[in-house]
Amino acid sequence: MAAAARTALQRREGILAVTIAVLFILIVIRAPEYLGEQNIDNLLTSWGFLAILAIGQMTVLLTGGIDLSQASVLAFTGMFLALLSQISPAAPAIAFVLLGLLMGAGLGLLNGIAVAWVGIPPIIATLGTMTIIRGLVYVLSGGAWISSHEMSERFKFFAADETIGLPNVFLSAIVCCAGIWFWLHFMRSGRDIYAFGSNQTAARNAGISRKQVQMLVFVVSGAVAGLCGYLWAARFAIAYTQAAEGREFAIIAACVIGGVSIMGGRGTVVGAALGALFIAVLETSLPFLRINAFAQLAVVGAVILIAVAANARAERKRGRQILAPQDRSTPPSVA
Amino acid sequence: MPEPVLRVEGISKRFGGVQALDSIDFEAHAGETHALIGENGAGKSTLVKILTGIHPADSGSIRIKGERRSLSRPQDAADAGVSAIHQEPSMFDELSVAENIFVASHPSTARFGLVSWPRMVRNAARLLQDLGTEIDPRKELGLLSVAERHIVSLARALSTDASIIIFDEPTAALSHSEIGRLFGIIGRLRRQGKAIVFISHKLDEVFRICDRYTVLRDGMLAGTGQTADTSEDDLIRAMVGRTLDDIYPKSKAAFGDVILQVQGFSHPTEFDNVGFQLRKGEILGFYGLVGAGRTEVMETLFGLKRRSGGEVRLRGTPLKLNSPSEAIDAGLAYVPEDRQNHGAILPMSISKNVSLPQIDKVSGSIFLNGSREDALVDEFGKNVAIKASSWSQLVEELSGGNQQKVVIGKWLATDPEVVILDEPTKGIDVGSKAAVHRTIGQLVKKGLAVILVSSELEEAIGISDRLVVMAQGRIVAEFSRPDFDREEIAAAATQQNPGVGGQKLSAEAPGR
Repeated sequence: MAAAARTALQRREGILAVTIAVLFILIVIRAPEYLGEQNIDNLLTSWGFLAILAIGQMTVLLTGGIDLSQASVLAFTGMFLALLSQISPAAPAIAFVLLGLLMGAGLGLLNGIAVAWVGIPPIIATLGTMTIIRGLVYVLSGGAWISSHEMSERFKFFAADETIGLPNVFLSAIVCCAGIWFWLHFMRSGRDIYAFGSNQTAARNAGISRKQVQMLVFVVSGAVAGLCGYLWAARFAIAYTQAAEGREFAIIAACVIGGVSIMGGRGTVVGAALGALFIAVLETSLPFLRINAFAQLAVVGAVILIAVAANARAERKRGRQILAPQDRSTPPSVA
Repeated sequence: MPEPVLRVEGISKRFGGVQALDSIDFEAHAGETHALIGENGAGKSTLVKILTGIHPADSGSIRIKGERRSLSRPQDAADAGVSAIHQEPSMFDELSVAENIFVASHPSTARFGLVSWPRMVRNAARLLQDLGTEIDPRKELGLLSVAERHIVSLARALSTDASIIIFDEPTAALSHSEIGRLFGIIGRLRRQGKAIVFISHKLDEVFRICDRYTVLRDGMLAGTGQTADTSEDDLIRAMVGRTLDDIYPKSKAAFGDVILQVQGFSHPTEFDNVGFQLRKGEILGFYGLVGAGRTEVMETLFGLKRRSGGEVRLRGTPLKLNSPSEAIDAGLAYVPEDRQNHGAILPMSISKNVSLPQIDKVSGSIFLNGSREDALVDEFGKNVAIKASSWSQLVEELSGGNQQKVVIGKWLATDPEVVILDEPTKGIDVGSKAAVHRTIGQLVKKGLAVILVSSELEEAIGISDRLVVMAQGRIVAEFSRPDFDREEIAAAATQQNPGVGGQKLSAEAPGR
C-alpha cells in the first residue's frame, strides 16, 4: 500500500494534486471567505468550462497537433444559439446542448479536413479557422451583444441551475471527462490516438489511418467547444463577440501542466482535469488575495508560465539506460 | 515440390530516380527458413516493406497459399498471414508493452467490442513467457533495454498467428546468448510449419539456420538455391560482385603525435569510464552492438550531451565541451549517424548545407556573401566527388551515398583536426560505400585523425588502424592492426555485464 502510494506520488497527477491542495490551503488560510458557498460554486463552474475545453484540446495534443480555434467555436455557437433562443423561445435546454455539440463538431470537421485531407499543419489551419470563425461571430450578430433579457428563460435555465447541489456546468464537465476517458481507454479509435501520437510511422505500419485519427480529434475538440459555447452564453447570460477570446493559452496550459505532451502520445484525462483545476483555483483566488484587478491577468499568465516551465524541466528527456544499473561506478547525479 | 506458401514474381519498385527492386522472384515454403541476403542498399528492406503492405509494388505479383493478393495496406498483409519484425522496430515508447504487442489487434471484450485490458495483459504475458522472458506487460516500453524491446517486437509478430514470418536483420542489436535464444525460437516456429524469411548479411548465421537462400544485389536477383549446395565464398561473390579489398581499401598513412586524449569519460546512465587516445593520421574504429553507447560517447565529446566525469585533451589542452560550437572551434567535427535528421538539411541546396557550419566565414557584417560561399563550395568540391547537377541542387534529390558525402564534405570545410564519423556508410549501396571509404583514406593522409563508429564488423576491421570495442556503455577490449581477430572482436562486443571485468580490460588498454 505504501509502495502504491509512492508510485502514485511519483506520477505527475499525484504531484499536481498535492500542489493544488497546498495552494488551496494557503489561500484559505490567507482568506477564509474563499470557502464561501457562492465562491465554491464559482470555482466549480470555472473549472467546468476550462476542463471541458482542455480535455478536448488534449485529444488533439495527443496526436501532436493543436487546436487554436476552440475559443472562436465557443463564441460562434454561443452567439448562434442565443439568437436562436430569441426566435424560438419554447425550445428546451437539451436542444441547445445537442445543437451546441453538433455545431461544434461541424466546425471541428472543417479543421479536420484542413489538416487531414488538405495537409495544412494544425497550428496554421486552426489559426486560420480561429480568425474566420471569430469573424463570423461579428457577421452573425452585426457586432451587437445579446444580453440576459433578450434570451429565453429556458435557454438560461439549465446552465445556471444546480443538480444535487452542484452547478450543472461542473456536472457537464464531469460527464465529458468520463466520456472521453472511456473512449480513450476502452475503444479502439481512442487507443489509436495514443499510438498515432507516440510514433506516426509505426502507427501507419500497424494499419492505423492518419486521416481518421486527425478528423476524429478535431471533431471532438470542436464538439466540446460547441457545448461550452452554449453553457457559456447561458451561464453568464450574455453572448458577445469577444467571448473567451484569448482563452487558448489557459486551455493549452491546463493540458501541459497536467502532463500532456505537446509532442503527442502522452497525456491523461485526469491530468488535464487537474491542470484545469490548478488554473481555476489560481484565477478565482486572486480577488480574495486583494491582487489589483488590473494586474490579475498578468499575474495569472506569469504563474501559468512558471508552472509550465517547471513541468518542462521535469519532462526533460533523461539519457538512455545503457549501463547496467547495479554496476554503476559513478553515483547518478541528483539534479 | 509442394506449392510455396509465398510466391513473389517479377516485383519491381522505383523510388524517384533509384530502381530499388528490379523484377525480383522469391518464394518461401512452409517449415523452411529462407535467407534473404545482400549488402546494405541491395533492396532487402524494400522487399520486406512490399510484403508487409507498407509500400505498394510498381509491378509483379504476390501469391500467398496459391491465391493472388494485393498488399496495398499493412492490414492486407496481416490478413494474408504475413508478419514482420522490422530492422528498426517500429514501436511506441509511450505505450505499455502489452499494447505495443496488440496495437493492431486489441483483444476485445465479449460484449460491445471494447478493449479488454485484462485479456491484453494476460495474452501478452503468455507470449512473452513463451519467448522465455519475464518482461512485465504493463511496463512502459520506453523504459526497456534494446534487447527487451526486440523481444517485444518479436512477440508482436507472433501475436497474429501468421504463416509467413519475416525477420529483418534481427541479430544486429542482440548479444550472443540472446541470438542463441532467437535461433531457438526460429527453429521452433519452423517446426510448427511456418515459413520463415531471415534477412541478414552475416553469413555464418545464414549457414547456421537457413535451408534456402536468395541473394539480392543493387535491386536485382543475384542468385538463389539451397544453402547446403553453396559456400560462403560463393555467397560473398554473389552479394558483393567484387572482392572485399575493393570495398575496404586500406590506405596507409603515417601516424603522428597523439592529438586526442580521453580519460575516465562518464555519463550518469549511458557510459562509464571510457578512455582512449588518437594519433594524427590514425583511424580508430569503435565497434559494438547497436545501443552499446558509442554514439552517446561521441555526442558527449562533441558537446551535445553533458558528461558526468572525465577529461578530454586536444593537443594537450583540456576541452570544456559545453556546446558543439566550442567543439567545432577546438577542431572537432562530428558526422552523425542519422544524416536525414541530424546531418544534412534535406530541403536546402548543397552549397547552403556546406556553408552552414561556418556561416560566419561566408557572411559579411549582416548579409551572406554569395561569392565567398561559392569559393567555399568549390573548395569542398575538390575534397569529395559528388554526383549532382549543380551546387544549387537540393540535398534531398541526391542518392544516399552522395548525401553522406555532402555531410562529410561540409564538416571537412570547417578545417577540423579530428573527424568523428558515426556509421558513415549505413544504408548506402556498395559502390558509394567504397567511395566513402576512399574519402576517409584521403582524410588521414592529410594528417587528420578519424574516429569511425561502425556496427559492421567488416567495415570496422577493413579500414581501422586500431579498434575499440564497446558493450553496455563500457570499453571492453582494444585491438591493433594486424591483430584483428573477427571472432574475438565479435565475442567482446556481445559479452554481457561487462562492468564486472571492464575494469581489468580498460587497464590493459595501451596509453593508460
